[in-house]
Amino acid sequence: MSTREKGGRFWLLAILALCLSAFVAVGCGSDSKDEASSTSASASSDSGDTIKVGILHSLSGTMAISEVSVRDSELLAIEEINKNGGVLGKQIEPVIEDGASDWPTFAEKAQKLISQDQVAATFGGWTSASRKAMLPVFEKNKALLYYPVQYEGLESSPYIFYTGATTNQQIIPALEYLQKEKGVKKLFLVGSDYVFPRTANKEIKAWAKANGMEVTGEEYAPLGSTEFSTIVNKVKASNSDAVFNTLNGDSNVAFFKQLDGAGLPSDKLPVVSVSIAEDEVRGIGADKVKGQIVAWNYYQTTPGAENEKFVKAYKAKYGKNRVTDDPIEAGYVGVKLWAAAVEKAGSTDPEKVKAASKGLTLDAPEGKVTVNGENQHITKTSRIGVINENGLIDTVWESDGPIEPDPYLKTYDWAKGLS
Amino acid sequence: MATAMKALGPTREQLLARVGFAVSALLLLVVAPAFLSDFRLGLLAKFLCFAIIAVGIAIAWGNGGMLVLGQGLFFGLGGYCMAMYLKLAEAGSVGLPDFMVWSGRETLPAFWKPFEHAWFAVGAAVIVPVIFAALLGTLIFRSRVRGPYFAILTQALAAAFVILLVGQQAITGGTNGLTNITTFFGLDLADPGDQRVLYFLAAISLGVVYLIARQLLNSRYGKLLIAVRDAEDRVRFLGYSATRVKVIAFATAAGMAGLAGALFVPIVGIISPAMLGIVPSIEMVVWVAVGGRASLAGAIAGAIAVNWAKSSLSEEFPSGWLYFQGALFIAVVAFAPMGIAGAVAWARDRILERTGRKQPGPTTTATAEGTS
Repeated sequence: MSTREKGGRFWLLAILALCLSAFVAVGCGSDSKDEASSTSASASSDSGDTIKVGILHSLSGTMAISEVSVRDSELLAIEEINKNGGVLGKQIEPVIEDGASDWPTFAEKAQKLISQDQVAATFGGWTSASRKAMLPVFEKNKALLYYPVQYEGLESSPYIFYTGATTNQQIIPALEYLQKEKGVKKLFLVGSDYVFPRTANKEIKAWAKANGMEVTGEEYAPLGSTEFSTIVNKVKASNSDAVFNTLNGDSNVAFFKQLDGAGLPSDKLPVVSVSIAEDEVRGIGADKVKGQIVAWNYYQTTPGAENEKFVKAYKAKYGKNRVTDDPIEAGYVGVKLWAAAVEKAGSTDPEKVKAASKGLTLDAPEGKVTVNGENQHITKTSRIGVINENGLIDTVWESDGPIEPDPYLKTYDWAKGLS
Repeated sequence: MATAMKALGPTREQLLARVGFAVSALLLLVVAPAFLSDFRLGLLAKFLCFAIIAVGIAIAWGNGGMLVLGQGLFFGLGGYCMAMYLKLAEAGSVGLPDFMVWSGRETLPAFWKPFEHAWFAVGAAVIVPVIFAALLGTLIFRSRVRGPYFAILTQALAAAFVILLVGQQAITGGTNGLTNITTFFGLDLADPGDQRVLYFLAAISLGVVYLIARQLLNSRYGKLLIAVRDAEDRVRFLGYSATRVKVIAFATAAGMAGLAGALFVPIVGIISPAMLGIVPSIEMVVWVAVGGRASLAGAIAGAIAVNWAKSSLSEEFPSGWLYFQGALFIAVVAFAPMGIAGAVAWARDRILERTGRKQPGPTTTATAEGTS
């Protein structure tokens, strides 16, 4: 290491050695890199005194920024259950996999969790595309998936539990809020170009038509796009009262910045977003989205003893500057619901867990939730919030109690022909 | 020179290649199915599909000097052709694939219609990429677009294809792609036994593709292709059509990628734009670079090794595997610029040298020198 050249060579050799040791470690099964898995992963596939569950989120790629937090809350829930003696007297052992923001990888890893690790249930997914990729895997193996994110509805797999909101628990209340509380008559739709915004907007248009609201425009930006001047100009020219925003991730930063630059701050043109939660606000910067409206079922500020406990535990485990939000809470609730159903069923057998889940209630951080046995979604209270300067969200409106999930919008006349 | 060698019987190189092929066939057709679990075998089947793409890239890039950075496009064309048929076969009496129903379409788009027939879909999975590549190649190579310009062009096409698929959700399935494919010509994709059949189908296809590629490269055409790679203008001055030579290689690579896509769909049960864009297309080239771009066997080994490493590393280090993968690539580029095949050839030559059975000198394997 005396000369620079030798140093370079040394480092290359060191990297090579590291790779080799990594390969060796693959065989041994020690997981030193992943500090989040607090429970030891030393036990092999036979589950004597532990019950294995899968955690399958994108830990790399574009979705990692959102999904890592959900993984963290799921691990927190597992840790809490284990501290209280586990389920059926056994400790829960999480097996973590990386979906890598790539849909076929989600399918591959789901299959791996089911057939190699023989997990009792899997908690995971974020994007609709990842759920759609995993759905056939869980159905053909008759295994359970707990999916923690609000989505576009029109789905109800017998092997998926949906702990996030479906449209009638998030988007429709948001529209009603805009019409009744804000007097919005002309609405502009902006979204990322993928299945959730396109399907959501289809539903919004059907609702608007039936409820006398005018949709003044519908624009899509490619996922990850940061160029919004055209769309912002169209929004401005349309003279709309509000914008319904289904943009995902980074695009929001650019969109809000350019909206602000065009002289349309939140008090002039309110924007309702359904994909921005506290964790995303942290990434975008509270100053850029202050005063904007969001629609979810849970905020960090949601009152209640259960939530206080949850927020405290989450911050204690992962750091003071971390925030909780809707999908993070839904991930946590998913684990707790599964554990409660297993206790009730006295077994981890998916069919028995499904049967035991029917009508199961739980005091979640968002309030009392009940599993709908028919579509395996859960009842959720809808909450409209406004982003404050600290990056947290204050509730300004909430539904009278939890709303029954209706993924196919069967109870709405205007939604005929959508599903 | 080739004819002179044939007269003397197979050379040591040819013998080694034959033994290697026999051993690989034994490993893939007997050993792997006997020892791997259903899940691992399914993964291997997927990697074999990737190896088929890699063979194509080894022809076009390794031997033809065309850096094809958009193979995802052809892989996708093949995959979508097959998936469209499978979706329609499944839709049955409804007549519309599930995603069209929820995207609000009432009639089947005209271009979906022919895919109701299996023979059309299977044929199209290979022929559509070939025709597309041939037309495109003719246009590109005739105007003598080469080097980085060609690479960028292929990449842009892959990106455009993805944008097209995502934008036309109602008729292409959008970002979700075509999912939930459960049967394949009467095979139940949920059944492990039927999955095995698919594995053998992939393994045999790879073998056939390899033999075709080998035949092609050993023929006069193969020599011409390498000549075009190394000195296109000279070949042109000798009276050959360099355009035609390159188009054939490009279209062959496209056809192989299409075939791989068609096999991939039943094995994995999903095809989505996420597998066709810029990043996956670059990954495909990386497999071949790691394996050794001029060697067909190297390309196959690279595709399988890189994907196997990716799978096992990400299983073991879910939050840090990308670092290892990156380090692996750096190590290969730093220590074995000719990839696995280059390293193997180097080791073999050293051993032969030491045992005195071969004179030290230029390596005998096909290695690519300064192509791009």
